[in-house]
Amino acid sequence: MSIKGKAYIVGAFEHPLRKAPNHSLSQLHAEIAKGTLEDAGLTKNDIDGFFCAGDAPGGNVWSLANYMNFDKLKHVDSTDMGGCSYLVHVAHAAEAIAAGKCNVALVTLAGRPNSEGSSGTQVRDRGAGVPDSPFELPYSPVTVNLYAMCAMRHMHQYGTTSEQLAWVKVAASHHAQHNPHAMLRDVVTVEQVLASPMISDPLHRLDCCVVSDGGGGVIVARPEIAKQLKRPLVKITGTGESTKGQMGGDVDLTYSGAAWTGPRAFEMAGIKPSDIKYASIYDSFTITVIMQIEDLGFCKKGEGGKFVSDGNLISGVGKFPFNTDGGGLCNNHPANRGGMTKIIEAVRQLRGEAHPKVQVKNCDIALAHGTGGALGARHGSATLIMERE
Amino acid sequence: MATIYQERKIRDPSLNPGDEPYFAAAGEGKLMLKKCKDCGKVHHYPRAICPFCFSQNLEWQQAKGTGEIYTFSVTRRGTPTPYAIGYVALDEGPKLMTNIVNCDLDALKCGTKVKVCFIKSENGTSVPMFTPA
Repeated sequence: MSIKGKAYIVGAFEHPLRKAPNHSLSQLHAEIAKGTLEDAGLTKNDIDGFFCAGDAPGGNVWSLANYMNFDKLKHVDSTDMGGCSYLVHVAHAAEAIAAGKCNVALVTLAGRPNSEGSSGTQVRDRGAGVPDSPFELPYSPVTVNLYAMCAMRHMHQYGTTSEQLAWVKVAASHHAQHNPHAMLRDVVTVEQVLASPMISDPLHRLDCCVVSDGGGGVIVARPEIAKQLKRPLVKITGTGESTKGQMGGDVDLTYSGAAWTGPRAFEMAGIKPSDIKYASIYDSFTITVIMQIEDLGFCKKGEGGKFVSDGNLISGVGKFPFNTDGGGLCNNHPANRGGMTKIIEAVRQLRGEAHPKVQVKNCDIALAHGTGGALGARHGSATLIMERE
Repeated sequence: MATIYQERKIRDPSLNPGDEPYFAAAGEGKLMLKKCKDCGKVHHYPRAICPFCFSQNLEWQQAKGTGEIYTFSVTRRGTPTPYAIGYVALDEGPKLMTNIVNCDLDALKCGTKVKVCFIKSENGTSVPMFTPA
């Protein structure tokens, strides 16, 4: 059963804060739920499906559903795929709606890593029983060096350069200058990226995403409900989800799970990469964007560096406008999980509600792609294709 | 420019049941791999079940301890001392996450030939690492 066209994204909301030291995590989730409902023109009592991931207090739906007193839930899902969880949730919500399990599903993400002093150079211990930990944690894998190892291999194998990586950040900064909520609004140059401190070879500080508080939400609804609301119609037409790891030791860091989820999403939607007018591409680091652009089929493997250069990702300048909110690199990476904001900006583009300076003309088909975990070890991958109706 | 390796505190591996032989062998200067007696493939990290054919008919095999750097990164910020993390492709095939030590970290390249050595974690557990051969 394909879920193509069986569900619509009817609400999208990004929390305006990037630092929220006096908000509890539950308050952030609740303000996001409220903002998303208001965007859709729905009320709390309409919610009968609820999705959240590991960022939720307690890591599942119980506490939040109780805090917000959702008392009509017929479908719940706490799937955690790290930063791409929310793209997976939208797909699962569409499946649940298509199967008749619920009608209006809310997905929320929130976090406070900025207030809590989180950093991409901290070792993340995932607790007792994780089978890979004894063979990895002594070596101090941290988020930034796990992605840096992908970049180093990409450079070695394909000749990708630091200048090409920097172009990803430059493009994001051109977009962020128009976003009043963005953490980093200054336009930067390739030279400025290369002159920023080296964090973990070959990634400079400006190759890395921001650490921000806040979050966002989306609401997925069945077609009959979507068509009664007063918002532009954004239809879900293609989804793909998977995980990729170390293959029992046959480690290959040159590609991500997008190489699997992209083709599945395109097949479901019945379109090809060249049909995409706007793309939200997960941008934890500049290398993440280059690898995923290749894996999703927007250019050949190994040619991503060339593809992103010379402003090709800048809306109104290049042929492949991406992350027009400024992305994780400049705008927002709430809870260290960038998947939700990828969906939200794609919805804005399809509705024609992006900032006028970055709005893509006639934007009728958009893609959002997310990664969770770390490309240099184990990661989740999820692709979502949406069309304006 | 050179970034000479400096000793740093190594976090103790928190073992799960079945991991003991690997680290006991490391204490004797041996790098061990798990080999499947049914499909013949060698894997890493060691598991109780072959990740290729799901056989539980496995045995430990001592690796030669030589290989080359598949990829690496020298982490310079957010750490008291710079360190090189990498994946080494062993001559037996599997790639394993490790640190590259006892060398000029700025001289490392993908493809650099390396050999195993053992560095003690804080509680004295021997942890396999690699150094240019």
